[in-house]
Amino acid sequence: MSDPSPTFRPEEGVQAREVPVRLLVVQGEQRPAVDATDEPVVMTFPHLVVRELIAFLALSLLLVVCALLFDAPLESMADPSKAMNPMKAPWYFLGLQELLHYYPPIVAGVILPGAVVVALAIVPYFDINLERPEFWERRRASKLALTVAVFGLISSLLAYAGQHPVWPLLGPLWFVGAAMLLPGVWSRRRGLVGWLARRSLPFWIFAWFLLTAVTLTVIGVFFRGPGWSFTLPWRDGIW
Amino acid sequence: MSALGRLLTGNRVWRSIVRHGFPDSNRNRALAVFSNLFLHVHPVKVRLRAIAFSRTFFLGGLAAACFLILTITGVLLMLYYRPSVPEAYDDMKDLEFVVSSGVFLRNLHRWSAHAMVAIVFLHMVRVFFAGAYRPPREFNWVIGVVLFVTTILLSYTGYLLPWDQLAYWGVTVGANMAGATPWIGEDTRFLLLGGTEIGEPALLRFYVLHCVILPAVLVVLVAIHIWRVRKDGGIYLPPLDLSRDGGGKR
Repeated sequence: MSDPSPTFRPEEGVQAREVPVRLLVVQGEQRPAVDATDEPVVMTFPHLVVRELIAFLALSLLLVVCALLFDAPLESMADPSKAMNPMKAPWYFLGLQELLHYYPPIVAGVILPGAVVVALAIVPYFDINLERPEFWERRRASKLALTVAVFGLISSLLAYAGQHPVWPLLGPLWFVGAAMLLPGVWSRRRGLVGWLARRSLPFWIFAWFLLTAVTLTVIGVFFRGPGWSFTLPWRDGIW
Repeated sequence: MSALGRLLTGNRVWRSIVRHGFPDSNRNRALAVFSNLFLHVHPVKVRLRAIAFSRTFFLGGLAAACFLILTITGVLLMLYYRPSVPEAYDDMKDLEFVVSSGVFLRNLHRWSAHAMVAIVFLHMVRVFFAGAYRPPREFNWVIGVVLFVTTILLSYTGYLLPWDQLAYWGVTVGANMAGATPWIGEDTRFLLLGGTEIGEPALLRFYVLHCVILPAVLVVLVAIHIWRVRKDGGIYLPPLDLSRDGGGKR
């Protein structure tokens, strides 16, 4: 790969029809080696194929049993004049819908989910090095101050823009913040704290997204009743 | 057993279909993989670490399995479904009371759809925490994010098709979200619904998106996704000689 690629003279006219002078170009390997490995390998057939088959059959069995035991919901025919209360989207959108409870549609329905999808797509272009200095290794005091300031800023923004108390958003944020700051104030190389210290910034951002999405979805699915009021699933059932 | 296997797989007809002998030698096992259209997404040999259940939970493969089940049950459901008002809802009732195993068919499609959204999401989480999005796989991660969005859209477009109250108002919430986009929101909503309200044109559009456009997009993207994993040397595994995080145990 380091060698400069050789230059070739294109054949023209009659020459091009004659015996080709260039039959083959051997190019340097540009992909990670698939075959060059010292670690134990097994034949794909049967070892992997059988495992895949078992996984497929187990999933199929599970889904068939679910299909036999639980019926898909079917309400009365769609009626534009008779709104459902609560009006709930499919479960994977209920996190977003819960977000709509706190922020205007342009923020909760467009800007925030759009920003999350864009952030997810560009993450690999920022987290490149496997071997990077740990976040808290250098300039600890200024990084501590900066991190606390960033978390404070995000918290105030979330709270300021919210139309209701935004605890379901602040909870995951502060949980992730606490986990991130812990190795900053307690330098320990081993155990959980040491593990936390070695996490990268994209890890923390993703963890924050994940925890927020799961929290909001769980609230939206289980704890929201008519008029999007708070309810308990064991008291009123799941809407 | 082996003799029977040889009899079945040794004759001319079998060998005209499958061009290798009974896979009890490594040569024939290798041929079983790379001379097979469906299996040749795999290399002939795989690293032992890569096939451990706890490494991937087979989530990518299971997402594809869900898609296979959804395609089969979905095509069968298409035989009984008309994307118009009120026939769509009548056909739901027919599935319930008239069609043999109609309820089972719809149930299986519904639960597989929910499972696929969940599995694709879990797959993404697993891949992220494994750090498998790092170079050279960064673009494949981007394709994966698009695939996740496509899966959500597939499920969402399918949600309207039963044309019951749940479907209608569930989709209303989503359509209103799209409508909130600045500048292009109203137009996007109009394009999606084929009108200003959810009605028969919206049902037809969602049907075509659900049965043709989005599955086609998904199949092409999944093909690229898997092909790129294969070209990058199989699933991502952390280097063996990494000194941190327990070193060789990974």
